Amino acid sequence: MRAILKRELSSYFNSAIAYIVMAMFFGFSGYFFVGTCFVGNTSSLSPAFSNIFVIIVFLTPIIAMKTFSEEKRQHTDQALFTSPASLPRIVLGKFLGAFILYAVCCMIFVVYALIISIFTTPDWAVILCTIIGLLLLGGALIAIDVFISALTESQVIAAVVGMAVGLVAYMMSSIVSMIEVEWISNALSAIAFTNYYSTFTYGILDPSGIVFFLSVTALFLFFTVRVFERKRWS
Amino acid sequence: MVEVKNLTKRYGNTTVVDDISFTVNTGEVLGFLGPNGAGKSTTMNMITGYISSTAGTVTVDGNEILDNPRKVKSSIGYLPEIPPLYVDMTVRKYLRFMFDLKKVKLPRDEHIDEVMRLVKISDVSERIIKHLSKGYRQRVGFAQALLGNPPVLILDEPTVGLDPKQIIEIRNLIKSLGKKHTVIFSSHVLSEISATCDRIIVISNGKIVADAKSDELSTSITGEQKLNLDIEGSQGTVLDALKVIPGVIKIRKTADLGNNVGRYIVEYKNGVDIRRDVFRSMATAGAVILNMENGNETLEDSFLKLVSEDQTREAGGVK
Repeated sequence: MRAILKRELSSYFNSAIAYIVMAMFFGFSGYFFVGTCFVGNTSSLSPAFSNIFVIIVFLTPIIAMKTFSEEKRQHTDQALFTSPASLPRIVLGKFLGAFILYAVCCMIFVVYALIISIFTTPDWAVILCTIIGLLLLGGALIAIDVFISALTESQVIAAVVGMAVGLVAYMMSSIVSMIEVEWISNALSAIAFTNYYSTFTYGILDPSGIVFFLSVTALFLFFTVRVFERKRWS
Repeated sequence: MVEVKNLTKRYGNTTVVDDISFTVNTGEVLGFLGPNGAGKSTTMNMITGYISSTAGTVTVDGNEILDNPRKVKSSIGYLPEIPPLYVDMTVRKYLRFMFDLKKVKLPRDEHIDEVMRLVKISDVSERIIKHLSKGYRQRVGFAQALLGNPPVLILDEPTVGLDPKQIIEIRNLIKSLGKKHTVIFSSHVLSEISATCDRIIVISNGKIVADAKSDELSTSITGEQKLNLDIEGSQGTVLDALKVIPGVIKIRKTADLGNNVGRYIVEYKNGVDIRRDVFRSMATAGAVILNMENGNETLEDSFLKLVSEDQTREAGGVK
């Protein structure tokens, strides 16, 4: 697993991907930060935090799109799957590589909090909870994107489908409000990513949110392992 | 030692590999020969655990691939048909990654240097794989398979894309590796297999159609030997004189070359040499031998015969 994680990180940081993703993340979050805190003259980072969701929806598929589709295209999966490394470890190594790059992006919010602390005392509870929320949300989205990447040889398809799934997750709460059948809307709101995430942006460390995002992550990593097992056996 | 028993792979209704069994002993180089699409790569992918079999077992040194995949996988070095290279890495970094991935317990840098020397890629060790030629890439793939000195080497068409000099180098390398390792390597080039292997398995349409020592393959398929003759003399006299030679099975006249000269093919039993008798009896009969040559099939012929026989059988079966 360590070998794969190391390779993943070096391939992100030796290519343009890591820098483009980081630039995009820093740029947009900076825009939201300036737009709310400086123009709006507030020390609250909450609006910036909730706006960044939609950026994450587009960035996580870009981070994770190559995890497995690129392996298949280059036929390097043959080396991975004939090596003594076990399938779950391979998947976990890939996931962690993508997640660490994402986590590095999220750390920019610590910088923004420090900037605020020059002027006034920032609400550390909100900042800490939201960064935890951001990491959990990103982890879940990346796990979904890794799973999608395992299904296709094309990075483009992996990215586009990943973005579509992310957008649906983002819009779920507004989709729910359009549905009048109660049990469907209840079921859907239970999987609405924004509902869980926004709780974190208020500074609440919500156990149901933590459990939800961690379960989604675990579930899709498990699905990824199953995809490869199934393919071996078909 | 690699033991393959009743290995079968089906995709839906298509049987790609059909009930293959063979054993390769330590220190043996086995050639896997067959036309494209015969099931060579699929078989190798099953032996290495990349895909699973529909039925049958693969045992490497007593360990079954399904029961103990980690042990089997770490004792096999595999070079797939398309070398599994991360083209964005340098040769050395790639080999380091593969070394770590395979959890090899040897001094890393020395071992990588040694393997690079062996396949002659030391001069490109710091270059990015993307920029290497096909021949170098193939050899980097080869180096990857050799990492950790695995007791079993499985090489899927290792010489494709190499120039003639490199082909000879790789063949010699395989031969020298065959002394210590168990080697299975596939090719659709006959001369290569016969030059390198102790034993040949011919596979066609997913089935083994021949399994023999490389020098026996030709006769084991045809079962008899042949002599091509151009003889001057009347057909009746020649046929009568040839017929009585001990060991002769069948005589055919294949062409009339004019001026009373005919071309004959004489089939005779394995293990006898009838050339002297042919000479003497022709001399007695007053016929003149203008040309006499060995009509035995080359490996190339036997291979084509095997494969086409198998295909006609298949076609007949479908009807």
